[in-house]
Amino acid sequence: MTSPLKTLSAALAGGSVEVIDLTHTLDPDFPVIVLPPEFGQCARFRMEEVSAYDGRGPAWKWHNISMNEHTGTHFDAPIHWISGKDVAHGAVDEIDVSVFVGPVVVIDCSAGAAENDDFELTPEIITTWEREHGPIPADSWVLMRTDWSKRKGADYLNMADDGPHSPGPTPAAIALLLERGIRGFGTETVGTDAGQGMHYSPPYPAHFLLHGAGKYGLQCLTNLDLLPATGAVLVAPPLKIKGGTGSPLRVLAMVDRSNA
Amino acid sequence: MKRKDYQGVVIAAPVSVPYVRYSQETAQWWIARALKDMLKSASLTPVDLDGLSVSSFTLFPDTPVGLTQHLGLSPRWLDSIPMGGASGVIALRRAARAVQAGDADIVACVAGDANRIDSFRQLLSSFSRFAMDASYPYGSGGPNASFALIADAYMAEYGAKPEHFGRIAVAQRANALRYKNAIMKSPLSLEQYLSARPISEPFGLYDCVMPCAGAEGFLVMREEEAEARGLTFARLAGTIERHNAFPQDPVQMRGGWAMDIDELYGMSGCGPGDIDLLQTYDDYPVISMMQFEDLGFCDKGEGAHFVSSHDLTIDGDFPHNTSGGQLSAGQAGAAGGYLGLVEAVRQLTGLAGGTQVKGAKTAMVSGFGMINYDRGLCSSAAILRSGG
Amino acid sequence: MSEKLPPPAKKNPQLRQRVPTLPPVARSRAALGLTAAAARGRFMLQHCAECGAVQYPPRDACASCLCVALEWRDTGRKARIIAETRIHVSPDPYFRERLPWRTGLARLEAGPTVLCHLHGDVGRGDAVMMDLKLDKAGQGVMIALPETRSADMEDDPLLRALTADPKHRRILVTDLRSAIAKPLIEALLAAGASHVFAGEPEAWRRGSERDAIAALDQVSVMPLDVTDQASVSRLAGEIGGKTDIVINTARHVRPGGVLGSDTVFAREEFEINALGLMRLAQGFGPAMCSRTADGTNSAAAFVNILSVHALSADPGYGAFSASQAAAYSISQTLRSEFRSSGLRVMNVFTGPTDDEWHQPLPPPKVTAGALAKAIVAGLKSGVEDVFCGDVAKDLEERWRRDPKVLERELTGGGA
Repeated sequence: MTSPLKTLSAALAGGSVEVIDLTHTLDPDFPVIVLPPEFGQCARFRMEEVSAYDGRGPAWKWHNISMNEHTGTHFDAPIHWISGKDVAHGAVDEIDVSVFVGPVVVIDCSAGAAENDDFELTPEIITTWEREHGPIPADSWVLMRTDWSKRKGADYLNMADDGPHSPGPTPAAIALLLERGIRGFGTETVGTDAGQGMHYSPPYPAHFLLHGAGKYGLQCLTNLDLLPATGAVLVAPPLKIKGGTGSPLRVLAMVDRSNA
Repeated sequence: MKRKDYQGVVIAAPVSVPYVRYSQETAQWWIARALKDMLKSASLTPVDLDGLSVSSFTLFPDTPVGLTQHLGLSPRWLDSIPMGGASGVIALRRAARAVQAGDADIVACVAGDANRIDSFRQLLSSFSRFAMDASYPYGSGGPNASFALIADAYMAEYGAKPEHFGRIAVAQRANALRYKNAIMKSPLSLEQYLSARPISEPFGLYDCVMPCAGAEGFLVMREEEAEARGLTFARLAGTIERHNAFPQDPVQMRGGWAMDIDELYGMSGCGPGDIDLLQTYDDYPVISMMQFEDLGFCDKGEGAHFVSSHDLTIDGDFPHNTSGGQLSAGQAGAAGGYLGLVEAVRQLTGLAGGTQVKGAKTAMVSGFGMINYDRGLCSSAAILRSGG
Repeated sequence: MSEKLPPPAKKNPQLRQRVPTLPPVARSRAALGLTAAAARGRFMLQHCAECGAVQYPPRDACASCLCVALEWRDTGRKARIIAETRIHVSPDPYFRERLPWRTGLARLEAGPTVLCHLHGDVGRGDAVMMDLKLDKAGQGVMIALPETRSADMEDDPLLRALTADPKHRRILVTDLRSAIAKPLIEALLAAGASHVFAGEPEAWRRGSERDAIAALDQVSVMPLDVTDQASVSRLAGEIGGKTDIVINTARHVRPGGVLGSDTVFAREEFEINALGLMRLAQGFGPAMCSRTADGTNSAAAFVNILSVHALSADPGYGAFSASQAAAYSISQTLRSEFRSSGLRVMNVFTGPTDDEWHQPLPPPKVTAGALAKAIVAGLKSGVEDVFCGDVAKDLEERWRRDPKVLERELTGGGA
């Protein structure tokens, strides 16, 4: 029997399995979540030159970088939220690494999100999706495609006087996904929750319910429009930060292009 | 207590080392040359000198103390006179007291300064603490600007005009043409004076001296010493010095002479009418004009009229600055404070050559120096008589 | 009457830009008292503690009674010019480039005669108002000004060299999200600034007066985040060669002491308030330093807005006070580093500002408009230190009197 990894290697080399980058570039100008100013804020990505083939280091160039665990395309661990604070192995360094590679399905909400900044992912949308693509497999990543990643500048956070407006899941939708036994939930927006997610009960249901159930989050994803609804494999290993609540990461998807 | 007289003090061996506009030589070099010439003209050797008085701006980091070792002199009396244009007369006055008291028998009074390119600027910027703090940062015009302010106030107060100052400068140039060491060699007309390029208004080019390098000196001794050595000499009839006179005057319109002039004439036993020639410190013509007033040749404010009604050349009715003064002979730093005195001694000993004033018996020399902030602080004057 | 200063012509790119030179910089320790007074816009001279005689030039002992207790006191500015000159020859490179240069003797009603620079509108015989200003060497100098103001008197070239007047200058206001940005920009334009660059951090956020600011004539909004070295470098590369004044409005304030708060807020405060200032200075300073003699729109000043608690901490804003002390310290080093170019660092110390971060505090508080006005006035007068508002002025006074007493009062223990 051929080793599955040999098969994979051959598929990768031959192009029948394509690797797609779902990651935004870490850039000082990339938005981060903005909380009310009296709260602690998410640090923006920053990079300072330590040397550049000069007196500070004649033959080499390197940078010090700094950011929050939740800056840029990033991973949310269960202990990120109060509901998940007691989850076993809830920090990024404790999570079983097998979690970081696995199947992924994509629910396309881009048409609705184009119409409505506050578009909601509801149980109805999920069940409609399942009628077309079959039940959401247990232990798979579920990504909500909104094409929000194509937005530029202030339209990305889309702040108004009553807070940000961006699509996200309803509490019932998250409850349904948990019923399906998913591994985690990912979005193209700055958080797994809708911009107005604080007004749900519970507030920020994706964070509250997913992490409370020991599930993971991915946000600020891009290129979800290049993924099939089902069948892709997600590679999303966070940095091994001791006690980390999350981590910037490089998110990749392997997509079958064999037309098999 | 009444000041003691200067009876028996004489001045001999007047020496001027020819001036150079810019020179690489040091103050030590210039002073050595003057001393050597003085000793030679008096047939003395260095060991005969037991007194030394030095004035120089450019000895730094040395002082006259270092100079004794540098030049191999062992005086028992040493003086340093850092008084700029007042140095010559003040050096004489103090040396006179030394020889009168027997502290020294032969005092060499010498002044000399170097002048390298840019050294004048450096001298200005570090001239005094008040100049550094309160004068130099205001245009860095140096003494030109400071005395221009004095001239401006004087002209406004007394109505003096540029042509009055021009009479002083033009006469001195005429005198300088007869003095072989003068830096300025070409005639100067009143028209040239009046149309000169401005330096610091109201001053134009010919109101200002030319900084240069050079040295001057003379010997001071008791009359019997001079006679024993067969030297020709001039006698010191009287002398005064004063510092920071009239500090309450808002702007300087008079110098310290005005405080002491009566005493000077008193101890000298003469009056203004007895003076055959006058050597003033002429850093600017306006300052010479002030001296005419403060030394009693005319009333305060009458200087302009005085110069208009007198001929200040060697052959005129009021011979003034017969070697051309600093305006035409050049200003060799502290030696500028010796120029008039050395010339006066030459006049009274018949050594003046081309500048000789006929029948000169009594000369007055005045000095003025050290613009510390807004005015000259040191003033001095002496009356000399021909010896024998 | 001073001639109105015309806007500068475009520069001829074939001519070498003039290298900055400085007027004489050396001063005695006593004379630095003039500099200290000028830096704060005061007219102070030494007064004898015993006989009251007013002294000038500064000295170490009274010239009337030899008392060595000389006190710097505010002194009457009235004087009369008793002599004047126009200098046409100067060996000093700075003045030589600016000849002819007018100076005069001013007789102060307070007593002394003062050698001073002359404003173009005054001459011998005139009654004048004396002022102490910082020259390009950063030293206090005397200038005689007209007794009554005239329309364009600030345009006098000699006076203009002693100030950092915004007129015809191009000014970077570093953070348009600051509450003072808009009133400040408007005040700068009203004062004749030819252009204002308004830095915008985090353009991906909304909720600023960006659009209103961008709509102003002669204002460009430019991306600038003082916490991001690359952003500062990018903007400096773009406009650094034509920035004449930098006014750093970037500021991060959070209440809280030291024990009660964590270092996240503190770090943000240091990043913006202290390191941000460093980044701006590194980005814009060198080019500005090379352009301090560049004609009418030469580089003139670098302005910081600091809490007066940079001098003595407000424990209610412990980390913020620390960041302000750090920024103040950085500004002092910048003064040293900018000194050889004549670029001025102006620190504007303010008391509590009238904003959300000082909302529970009792009045008086400094409004954005008042702060903007103080900044423009400071630039026009050319001072180094501005204390804006009653709280800042009061605190400065107490700090001068006794820093330890002030510390005890601020940390509890005063009645």
